[in-house]
Amino acid sequence: MIRFLFRRIMLVLPAFIGVTLITFSLIHMIPGDPVEMMAGERGIDPERHARLKAQLGLDKPMLEQYWNYVSGVFKGDLGKSIVTKRPVISEFLSLFPATLELSLFAMCFAILVGLPVGVLAGVKRGTALDHTVMGISLTGYSMPIFWWGLLLILFFSVKLGWTPVSGRISALYWIDTDTGFMLIDALRSDEPGALKSALRHLILPSIVLGTIPLAVIARMTRSAMLEVLQEDYVRTARAKGLAPNRVILVHALRNAMIPVITVIGLQTGVLLAGAILTETIFAWPGVGKWILESIHRRDYPVVQGGILLIASLIIMVNLIVDVLYGVVNPRIRKT
Amino acid sequence: MENSLASANQLPSGQTPAELSVAPPHPIKEFWSYFKENRGAVVGMGYIIFLICVALLANYIAPHDPHEQYRDAILQPPAFVEGGSWTYPLGTDDVGRDILSRLIHGARLSLLVGVIVVTLSLAAGIILGITSGFIGGYVEAFVMRLMDIMLALPSLLLAMAIVAVLGPSLKNAILAIAIVVLPHYVRLTRASVLAEKGKDYVTASRVNGAGALRLMFLVILPNCMAPLIVQATLGFSTAILDAAALGFLGLGAQPPTPEWGAMLANALQFIQRAWWVVTLPGLAILSTVLAFNLAGDGLRDALDPKLKR
Repeated sequence: MIRFLFRRIMLVLPAFIGVTLITFSLIHMIPGDPVEMMAGERGIDPERHARLKAQLGLDKPMLEQYWNYVSGVFKGDLGKSIVTKRPVISEFLSLFPATLELSLFAMCFAILVGLPVGVLAGVKRGTALDHTVMGISLTGYSMPIFWWGLLLILFFSVKLGWTPVSGRISALYWIDTDTGFMLIDALRSDEPGALKSALRHLILPSIVLGTIPLAVIARMTRSAMLEVLQEDYVRTARAKGLAPNRVILVHALRNAMIPVITVIGLQTGVLLAGAILTETIFAWPGVGKWILESIHRRDYPVVQGGILLIASLIIMVNLIVDVLYGVVNPRIRKT
Repeated sequence: MENSLASANQLPSGQTPAELSVAPPHPIKEFWSYFKENRGAVVGMGYIIFLICVALLANYIAPHDPHEQYRDAILQPPAFVEGGSWTYPLGTDDVGRDILSRLIHGARLSLLVGVIVVTLSLAAGIILGITSGFIGGYVEAFVMRLMDIMLALPSLLLAMAIVAVLGPSLKNAILAIAIVVLPHYVRLTRASVLAEKGKDYVTASRVNGAGALRLMFLVILPNCMAPLIVQATLGFSTAILDAAALGFLGLGAQPPTPEWGAMLANALQFIQRAWWVVTLPGLAILSTVLAFNLAGDGLRDALDPKLKR
């Protein structure tokens, strides 16, 4: 088991190095002189230009710059934002809980709805329910997520007035954001109605963000169930006279879960990409919106750092999923 | 009497049974007979053909010029809602441009984006996949590692990064999306090549004196096409969705280009007064992507050799 873990971690390191290479080279491929860009439109005299260049380390050879960059990354230094002058890593850490809260809720929504629906569709294959579920899930991942968000806002916020349009909590409440998770902070603040307000703000973005993972999980669960239900051990269980529910839930579902876990892990990448769009629509102050704004403002250290951090997160989640896969399915541990 | 008995055992046209039964159906006819069983796929393909016609005839069927601003008809609702008129059948946007015309020209743009992205990534992916699968060794290891790293990043994020470097424009968005979907084609091609490489017909060709290039592209590649065709069709829908997403974020098509995603970019502010500005471009995207997904699914089932009857 330890050797399996070790092997998996070893596989991850080249991917991580590769990602640092990509983010490093991406920034250096930008047309134009970075020092002039930082100096702004007023222009810069040659002496200050040379000084700034030396200060940023841009006068050193590429390899040395890359080495400095990577050692900085390992120490946690990802540079400073050009716009706010704050370290990239601290800005990321202050905004990340918002994205994490949203993503967790979205994933819970996707799993809690997608899994049972997929099981039902697989068990009742070929029926109207099956076709409806498959049709809806196909529509789900054919839809542009930003449009789905706009549509839900139109319906639930504008026409029905059930949910607010943007933000994490109503402006009436002033909450101490200690943990960064609005739900926890609202709970701790003892202000009446704060938790309810936070929840109402969270619902719509979570549904929007979770729609595509839901569609994929439903499809995947259905096809996994279909495969598993053909297996001999299911036939044996039925022949033994076990209750059909027990056969499905205890015997079939457990084995069907294996590819589903992998899919759930893979959907994390989709979630983080979708978070960029969702946060933009709902004005959710998270990492996605931050990176997008930095791209528009040409704040390159933030873009570089943000991409590196998100990519590392995805790599880590995939690693955890890989290890979980080995825990759930002992046959994998031999590879 | 004897004649009729004898003729009952004979085929009416006088042919022998051997002549009639052996020839397998033409591959395209065979493919179509599987494909048309899936009604969703046929509907999808029909819609795609309809869209292609719309895109080709855009200049003739669009009632107005997509860039023309009619300042006296700002935010007019569609014709079937009160307050609308048939001059602007689907209404106008915030600067008075006819939405129907913009949607029609947007179809042309989206299909063009899809075609270019798929062509670029398919071509590059096939070349990279075949060479790395065929040559093996360091080349293969390097290429596959690079593809794995590219797959580690979410596609939209990587596309945004590339556009951030190159500058926001439709051309750069197309390039970014093509780069981002490349790994899928490379992996697919390489996997097919590895599967086909050991087979007898390849060895036979090699023994016959076929050179490396001929082996790669004329012998092996035609047998790998089926999954590639399916992936290309599904790649169309990804390309259209990603281009729309980049347009929405302001990193793709720039105003006043009538790209569907860009049309949604500042639609949020009109969500209370003008629902048609928000709903219609998204419906166009949804229906197009749905059509390509349905057709792609149907293609996958029709081309799957395991399902051959």
